[in-house]
Amino acid sequence: MSAVDGRPALADRPGALDAGEVAGGSGSARWLGLGEFARNWQARAGFALVLLIVVFCVLGPLVYHSNQTATNLNVKDLPPGAGHPLGTDDFGFDVLGRLMVGGQSSLELGFAVAALTTVVGTLYGAIAGISGGIVDGVMMRALDTLLAIPSLVFLLIVVTLFPPNLLSIILVLSLLSWLGIARLVRGEVLSLRTRDFVLAAKTMGSGTGRLMWRHMMPNALSVIIVNATFSIADAITAMATLSFLGLGMPPPYADWGQMLNNGVDNLFNGYWWEIYPPAILLVLTIIGFSLIGDAVRDSLDVRLRRR
Amino acid sequence: MTSYLIRRVGQAIAVVIGVMIVTFILIHLQPGDVARSVLGFRATAARISIFDATYGLNHPLWRQFTDYVTQVFHGNLGTSMYQQQPVTSLFADRLPRDLFLLGTSTALALLVSLPLGVYQAVRRGGMGDNVLTGVTFTLYAMPAFWVAVMLVAAFAVQTHVFLPEAPSATSIGGMLAQPRELALPIITLVVIQIAGFSRYMRSSVIDTLAQDYLRVARAKGLPERLVLFRHVLRNSLLPIITILGLSVPGLVTGAVVVEYVFNYKGMGDLIVTAAIAKDYPIVLGSTLLVGIATVLGNLAADIAYGILDPRVRYVSS
Repeated sequence: MSAVDGRPALADRPGALDAGEVAGGSGSARWLGLGEFARNWQARAGFALVLLIVVFCVLGPLVYHSNQTATNLNVKDLPPGAGHPLGTDDFGFDVLGRLMVGGQSSLELGFAVAALTTVVGTLYGAIAGISGGIVDGVMMRALDTLLAIPSLVFLLIVVTLFPPNLLSIILVLSLLSWLGIARLVRGEVLSLRTRDFVLAAKTMGSGTGRLMWRHMMPNALSVIIVNATFSIADAITAMATLSFLGLGMPPPYADWGQMLNNGVDNLFNGYWWEIYPPAILLVLTIIGFSLIGDAVRDSLDVRLRRR
Repeated sequence: MTSYLIRRVGQAIAVVIGVMIVTFILIHLQPGDVARSVLGFRATAARISIFDATYGLNHPLWRQFTDYVTQVFHGNLGTSMYQQQPVTSLFADRLPRDLFLLGTSTALALLVSLPLGVYQAVRRGGMGDNVLTGVTFTLYAMPAFWVAVMLVAAFAVQTHVFLPEAPSATSIGGMLAQPRELALPIITLVVIQIAGFSRYMRSSVIDTLAQDYLRVARAKGLPERLVLFRHVLRNSLLPIITILGLSVPGLVTGAVVVEYVFNYKGMGDLIVTAAIAKDYPIVLGSTLLVGIATVLGNLAADIAYGILDPRVRYVSS
């Protein structure tokens, strides 16, 4: 997806961290690829990071109890100390507890958008690729059109169109991010269509559905997985940016972007605990998913390495 | 080449018309009455119907759309409903500021990241490369607004070297006279772009370094410096041109976050304000502008690529 902040999205990022030096296995040697994936330090670091953050956000609140629904202005902006390991924010919420709750919503949103994007984009791309001809032409021009609309303007219009709730934001972010994967899958399908094994299956009487699911999808899987991983990171960034611009969800919903937005107001007061913890977690999460995406790209398929 | 060009331009026009249709539909899906929100709740029915007639809002949707398209072809993007100014003159005010901000920062970012990418690729796997890769990877993962906030914290809050607010001057000359205000918006955009550009450049140079013609160049005794400049650098720049072409829409909207953080009065600021206030003519006009810029950017990248790389020849299919 084209990132909301005007930078190339992670999904469109340049070659992997160590592109050019990792000798990837061939596309057919999937198990070899998996072995290599497990040996890849990026993969291990990425998985460790994501796992740590998921455990922190999901299991954290079970161990560390804090009130994240009622404001208490008597304890607002307290520095870290007894009772509040990371202090409290502008509304008197405990920062450590809020990090956990906010992280949950960021992760949920990321996974939801990635899932929706992947399904819609894959289907669209596959249909365009397999149909070819005029259908493909029309579908691709429609895609180009959506790609040419600045994503922020798109987002602004739709966010003012629907009242912002979690579902509408997930839909909007997905609406903006399925374009990339649709293109990639179409490209894969177009190239797979002419491969010998697909022609053989066709000659043996496989229908379009069987061709897609049994023969094309397994081969396009690596592209799809890489894109899905990056779109989790992209969605989390986009949501944080929206919240930062004040266009996110209203309280009591909490996420890291919103915490940052509130914290930044206190930048000049020196309340560092309201800004740095959510920012560090946000960046670590994005790094974690990016590392996994890069590693998958390296190990599953050499063709994915950007030339 | 000619027939390829004709086909590409035809596609481009189709996409631009598509952009107009989609934004027009989206805008009109918005709930709420424009006349009410502009004139206020105490406006009389008569005044509302005058407002609607003035802006053509009493016509059916298809008529509003064809009227709009006709006006666009006459170079008229309409009048802002709140600022009572022609949209084109608002754009004329704002656009140079964006071109200045983004042009300067992109040029500076390229100046830093191209040598950086070459250095990293040549010293691949070394200490310097690993450190720089780590740094750019982290920067790449940072949301733009966070980079801006960090820079404000470091340079405006902790050390007071720069000011956290964009220049108050509106002309480019005036802005240049306020370098302490201008520094942070530009540095933010430079830092953000270095992260992307240097990573592209690094992998591009790594690819070039593996080519046979480099072995030939070295074998014929060319000094390493000439090999790097004449063969590696020139060939590695090709992908960067594509990236530059694709970054054109960012040139117009991009930087919205930066404009928001530093209160820089550019196009991004205009678009955000207009979208929230439902100032249709501005939103439609800017969407169209960015749509055209995107299409032109892609086209320019393709054509530049064909001119600079003799191996690329466009044949009509």
